Amino acid sequence: MVVKPKNQRLVLLLLAVVAVLGAVLLAMSAMRDQASFFYAPADVARKGLPLDRAVRIGGMVRQGSIRRHADGVTIDFVVGDDTPATIPVLYTGITPDLFQENSGVVAEGRFRPDGTFVASEILAKHDENYMPPQLGERGLHKTESLE
Amino acid sequence: MIAEGGLAALWLAAALSLLQLFLGAAALRPGGETLLRIVRPVAVAQGVLAAVAFLALIWLFLRTDLSVELVAANSHSAKPWLYKFAGAWGNHEGSMLLWITILAVAGAAVALLERRLRQDTLIATLAAQAAIGLGFYVFLLFASNPFTRLSPTPVEGNGLNPLLQDPGLAFHPPTLYFGYVGISIAFSFAVGALVTRDVGPAFARAMRPWVLAAWIFLTLGITAGSYWAYYELGWGGWWFWDPVENASLMPWLAATALLHSVTVLATRDGLRAWTVMLAVVAFSMSMIGTFLVRSGILTSVHAFAVDPQRGAFILVLLLFYIGGALALFGLRIGTVKEGSRFDFVSREGALVVNNLLLSAILGIVFVGTLYPLAVEAVTGEKLSVGPPYFNSAAGPIALLLVTVMGMGALLRWRRDDLGALVRRIAVPILICAAALLLVVLLAPGIGVLPLLGLTLAAGVGAASLAPLWKRNLRRTPLFIWGMVVAHFGIAVSLAGMASESAFTRETLVAAQPGQVMNVGPWSVRFAGVEPVAGPNWTAIEARLTARRGGGGSFELRPQARMFSSPPTPTSEAAIATVWNGQLYVAIGEPDEQGRWQLRLWWKPWVTLIWLGGGLVALGGLLALIGRLRREHRIPARTEEAIA
Repeated sequence: MVVKPKNQRLVLLLLAVVAVLGAVLLAMSAMRDQASFFYAPADVARKGLPLDRAVRIGGMVRQGSIRRHADGVTIDFVVGDDTPATIPVLYTGITPDLFQENSGVVAEGRFRPDGTFVASEILAKHDENYMPPQLGERGLHKTESLE
Repeated sequence: MIAEGGLAALWLAAALSLLQLFLGAAALRPGGETLLRIVRPVAVAQGVLAAVAFLALIWLFLRTDLSVELVAANSHSAKPWLYKFAGAWGNHEGSMLLWITILAVAGAAVALLERRLRQDTLIATLAAQAAIGLGFYVFLLFASNPFTRLSPTPVEGNGLNPLLQDPGLAFHPPTLYFGYVGISIAFSFAVGALVTRDVGPAFARAMRPWVLAAWIFLTLGITAGSYWAYYELGWGGWWFWDPVENASLMPWLAATALLHSVTVLATRDGLRAWTVMLAVVAFSMSMIGTFLVRSGILTSVHAFAVDPQRGAFILVLLLFYIGGALALFGLRIGTVKEGSRFDFVSREGALVVNNLLLSAILGIVFVGTLYPLAVEAVTGEKLSVGPPYFNSAAGPIALLLVTVMGMGALLRWRRDDLGALVRRIAVPILICAAALLLVVLLAPGIGVLPLLGLTLAAGVGAASLAPLWKRNLRRTPLFIWGMVVAHFGIAVSLAGMASESAFTRETLVAAQPGQVMNVGPWSVRFAGVEPVAGPNWTAIEARLTARRGGGGSFELRPQARMFSSPPTPTSEAAIATVWNGQLYVAIGEPDEQGRWQLRLWWKPWVTLIWLGGGLVALGGLLALIGRLRREHRIPARTEEAIA
């Protein structure tokens, strides 16, 4: 690369700006795909099913909805929020220590066309007061710390 | 009295930091030279007092003095002593006290040890360090006092979050903090050099060991945190792109860039303004990390406080320091002369590319971590940015960066020839091709990213050793060894990551006692469960025996624990480590038929991830020792050291 020595500082500066701007643009475009990474039941009702990608859902596990399947490792349950909307969830795996009915849950996975969410992972809560930040302000649960 | 003594030490340290700031400012004025000799002892005394306050807090925790609010809220008399000790920083106030203690001790270390820096720049540096300290002392004393008494004294404390009750707590936070806060030295150096217009190679040589030291701790802290999350959370993952992880990654990225640009400045007197800027950015990232983690903006095991007043306080401090440094930078950067020039194909050129790519990754992580918070603050809309974003945006750039790393170390300073470079990396390229062929043949159907990762790891591993080629190994300077080991560590870590993501095997079953399961090459027999008890928990422990081929057997005992105070269930995974990977077992719940959920992973070469991290830190240590030894031999500046 031939750069006039006189302009080297300018070229370096421009390169730096281009690199950082490029990174931010790349980030923004990747973000656009991700913008709706998190779905609460009400969002699914409003925006429709995101069938083309992996997403996260979150809400409250409905009372009495956890059912264990015969294989011993699969469960299904219903996630709701403060609207009438609900999401049926299917999960194969070990549930986190604090996974229980009437408590917050965040799951990662994909929707099936029939509306069932097949979770690949249920994110653990770190303590009994933990609430996904996305739900904290919806009046479902008080977000508090360990103190 | 211990609490009062600690509090008094803290107030005195705060007062000394104010004094240090004023003395420093006065000493820089014409005629203020006589004040020079006082600034150093003041900085040392401030460090000692902060350390005394911190030791007082540890003492209170060890004694479980429940008349202190912080101890009552976060400790318990039945806790093992290690967690009483480490629990001193397992809470908001204690961790902030640790933060400020490291800041003050680092300042004292600069005052005691730094001999190469120009005298006035050193004074300005210590003043800048005092200015940072002052803000955080005020924060601690007025918004997060760790020594507040509680009346009446409760009978028993609340206990420590069981997830934190792990030997990792004794190691991970202090190490990470040493790195986080150690970067403040680089920041203060940069501010000091801007104030006294001293940005040049001598300044860079003086700053480099401090940057290296902080960076070593940061590397170790992140590596330890990753391994802790891996075995404690029981999800089998080692990096989650969680905002608190990103909060530690961002300063590391900036510090890594700084480490390389400061070398250009020290060796070739290039990249002056850029290096100063990076020092400011690196510590800004540390403070942003502190803000993210400690303000309660994020809900996580790291967020101890949700008091909005505290978050706002840290935010104001952060804006003040970053804004101030940037304003100084803007005012003074015109006076920083352009450094020497170089060809694009040269060691400098490669280091510039390294810096640009690291900055790009930093930008991506920064946007992904903070953009959702900003959007939420402005519009109230909730965004959640997850691993797919970070992997797809930062992954390719990271692979490119590793490639450049392999070539850069083989380039000469100032100017080099592309043809010569190609000849030098011919062998690594061949190794790359061989690895590609081997992986495709042995593991057909492997994903693109892991394939690239493994191939690159082989080539870059070879290329990073190449600087030793045809050298007399005995006479190779230690800092060259440091670079080689650190770069090789990156390749090792990359191989571990690629291997983990490509070859992990998982089995999930509800098993009856006596049942035999298979995962990867292992056959694992589940004998049954037994109740066990620890000092402050009870648990169900599964007994498993793992066997591979005709080899010996391993006992695995994963537990489902129930802690008594506070009552919390946790899962303790069991891990068997063999030379080529780890077998990882977690226990779930029982069902009515007497079956237990068991999740087993075979993760080939996963240990390389952390081994690589350790090598990177070791490389840093070798470079640090090598640099210090060499600097020692070059006579220090002629100015008389004052203290």
